[in-house]
Amino acid sequence: MLAAMLERVCRVGFLVVDDVVVTFGGVRALDGASFAVEVSQICGLIGPNGAGKTSLFNVISGLYRPDAGRVSLAGQDILALPANGVARAGIARTFQNLGLFASQSVLENVMLGAYHRTRAGFLGGMLRLPAATREGRRIRDEALAILDLLGLGRYADHPAQGLPFGTLKRVELGRALAAHPRLLMLDEPANGLTHGEVAEFGELILQLREELRLTVLLVEHHMGLVMGVSDTVVALNFGRKIAEGTPDEVRQNDDLIAAYLGTAA
Amino acid sequence: MTYFLQQVVDGVSTGVIYALLGLAMVLIFRATGIINFAQGELATIAAFFAWQLNLWGLPIWLAIAATAVIGFGAGAAIERVVIRPVANKDHFTLIMVTLGLFMITNAVTGLVWGYTIQAFPDPFPVAAWTVHGVSLSLASVGTIVIVCVVGFLLYQLFHRTRLGLGMRAAISNPESARLSGIDVGRMQMIGWGLAAMVGTLAGALAAPKLFLEPNMMLGVLTYAFAAVIVGGLDSPLGAVVGGLAIGVTENLAGAYLYDFVGNDLKIAVPLALVFGILLVRPQGLFGRRAVARA
Amino acid sequence: MSLLEVTDLMAGYGPAKVLHGMTFAVDEGEIATILGANGAGKTTTLRAICGMVATSGGIRFDGRSVRGLAPARMARLGVAHVPQGRGTFAGLTVRENLLAGAYTRRDRAGVAADIDRISQWFPRLAERRDQPAGSLSGGEQQMLAVSRALLLRPRLLLLDEPSLGLAPLVTQSLFGTLTDIHNQMGTTMLIVEQNAGLALRIAHRAFVLEAGRIVRAGDAASVAADDSVRRAYLGLGDSR
Ligand SMILES: Nc1ncnc2c1ncn2[C@@H]1O[C@H](COP(=O)(O)OP(=O)(O)OP(=O)(O)O)[C@@H](O)[C@H]1O
Ligand SMILES: Nc1ncnc2c1ncn2[C@@H]1O[C@H](COP(=O)(O)OP(=O)(O)O)[C@@H](O)[C@H]1O
Ligand SMILES: [Mg+2]
Ligand SMILES: [Mg+2]
Repeated sequence: MLAAMLERVCRVGFLVVDDVVVTFGGVRALDGASFAVEVSQICGLIGPNGAGKTSLFNVISGLYRPDAGRVSLAGQDILALPANGVARAGIARTFQNLGLFASQSVLENVMLGAYHRTRAGFLGGMLRLPAATREGRRIRDEALAILDLLGLGRYADHPAQGLPFGTLKRVELGRALAAHPRLLMLDEPANGLTHGEVAEFGELILQLREELRLTVLLVEHHMGLVMGVSDTVVALNFGRKIAEGTPDEVRQNDDLIAAYLGTAA
Repeated sequence: MTYFLQQVVDGVSTGVIYALLGLAMVLIFRATGIINFAQGELATIAAFFAWQLNLWGLPIWLAIAATAVIGFGAGAAIERVVIRPVANKDHFTLIMVTLGLFMITNAVTGLVWGYTIQAFPDPFPVAAWTVHGVSLSLASVGTIVIVCVVGFLLYQLFHRTRLGLGMRAAISNPESARLSGIDVGRMQMIGWGLAAMVGTLAGALAAPKLFLEPNMMLGVLTYAFAAVIVGGLDSPLGAVVGGLAIGVTENLAGAYLYDFVGNDLKIAVPLALVFGILLVRPQGLFGRRAVARA
Repeated sequence: MSLLEVTDLMAGYGPAKVLHGMTFAVDEGEIATILGANGAGKTTTLRAICGMVATSGGIRFDGRSVRGLAPARMARLGVAHVPQGRGTFAGLTVRENLLAGAYTRRDRAGVAADIDRISQWFPRLAERRDQPAGSLSGGEQQMLAVSRALLLRPRLLLLDEPSLGLAPLVTQSLFGTLTDIHNQMGTTMLIVEQNAGLALRIAHRAFVLEAGRIVRAGDAASVAADDSVRRAYLGLGDSR
């Protein structure tokens, strides 16, 4: 009993995903996936299309209710949180197919990320009268600083609609950062970037992790990026973990080569 | 029990008319993403038109059929001339445009046919059966059958034909539809045309039960609107179920709650039902919540 | 003969000009690729060809001027386009998506045969025939978007980052499939692709686009050998 408890405590990570199951009719999107991520680590999450990566993001961010399993962040049970509690708990994410408001400006989209931190919590007040309150001004300045950091400063007033795909993925990152997350979940952030731009983006993730002490969960099919920045890599297939380890270990995994990497790795 | 059943049957036979007008609104919503507040007025003007043709000597069924065909053309023309130019504007503008259409249609009807109440000939002969003490008029049964047939045909159109596939694709993703060679504008025109056609039927079936006058469909529109909200704005099945539910509740409320709520307030009962359902399911009973796959 | 001829093409969105006079051509039966940084105007180029943005200049397809034709007309002429992201009909099932892709075709048997073939290339889509496209995973949706365009049986296929969201193994097999299609049906293709290495491998011709201008054009092998191209678009150890 004591041993079991000790074992649990020792194995506990910052983010713990434990035996999560998600089903849609006959489809088992997640089928008992378990793994842990330590604080300030970057964990790459890979696996074939439909393996359950985005579904896992949806569980952690409260969009999907799992049929079974537990998820905790710093010991706090995430699944018990109300829908709006996830952001407060320090979890922010980007969306694979973009979750931006097309007609709002880039700046407004980023400011929305800070929504849950506003005292007023009042959308109109924040967006329409940005300078009217001290809080609004602070959030706006901070959003502008984030845009500069991401090299998006000149798009601040441009509506999200019509920006190149790669740029929009970066706006999404900005919105996530505006939430001041402890856990940052990125769903295919490098889509739409050329090789050179992907390398720069990798540097940016590492820099963010250092400066903001972020824990990062990174879903990407760009192996150069995942293997380059991750401390650990978890591979899913059919909703189950099929490999876990350092990038070098995972790269050698025969199951993963057969199911996912092919000859490219 | 017999009394109760009778009330339900009567409720169903008014409910199907709400359902029919609701179906027309769903068609337009699916084709162009617009809630057409003028739907009732368009149905009224169609009813007058059919009445006029009948007066000129056309048998009533032929008059209704001719009006339905002309209605198709008129609906398509309205899409082209009135709606298309503002199609990219915000929701508020679109609502204003359909409200404008509402007032213009209403005024034109009044101008042409005046505000004296007319009697619309009943397309069904007077006949009734009694089943276990419940009386079923031919008109009720006929109306129900027509609505079922219309619903069935629309379903077939949307799910079994190339045209229907094109219409659904056009509303789901206009850009990809165009890239697949689908003429999105034409699909929207056809959607409005079909809606006007279904609306014509609603007007013609409602008119004998009500009195033919320019504001005839106002109440029906309110209930039809409630029906599609209950059923889900994008769901034809929802419009039918919603229409029936509203018709039956309205009738039962009138029959049993009369002492409590009085005749004027019986209108409030179905609306309370709407409110309750929306609290639980904001997208309506059969409506699809925008699929939020991230 | 050139199937697609673009001369001095300019395009933009309102006052913002994005393309500043592009001239290039793609021969019948050829695979061409456009390389360029994020925001260079690759997507805009493909959209301009299909009549999705206002343009000036010349666009000729199969010898006739098609500039200003509506996208649906272009599709009926045999130009298919996989747009960047969100190329599917979310509310329609997988099967209905494919049928919508074949909207311009009347040969039912041919369509059925093509759907069978696509099921072999992407078995996952066959498993999910009756699932609404909107609930597919991102990569599954991308497979569907590409398949939808193939069902047009195009003469010219425009692909905007077809590998977006696809797993490495699927990306490799997609490019294998594109080569097969090209070999079997002689479909002409113009590909914009993040994974420049793969695109250059199957392409005959390549263009490099910078800030709305073509700065380099030539056969794919020689463009691939160019030092600056290698640095920006290929990199060492590109392992996708
Ligand atoms: N809401 C839903 N309804 C039905 N099926 C779903 C739903 N969400 C996910 N699925 C199915 O669950 C499986 C896992 O999907 P998920 O999006 O998690 O995959 P993924 O690993 O992110 O894949 P990709 O790399 O392609 O983005 C897929 O087969 C998908 O079709
Ligand atoms: N709908 C639009 N409205 C306004 N600007 C746009 C629109 N689409 C693209 N642009 C602009 O055109 C330029 C090129 O974009 P795009 O063609 O998407 O680039 P690429 O595909 O090469 O990444 C960008 O500066 C972008 O902001
Ligand atoms: Mg995904
Ligand atoms: Mg692009």
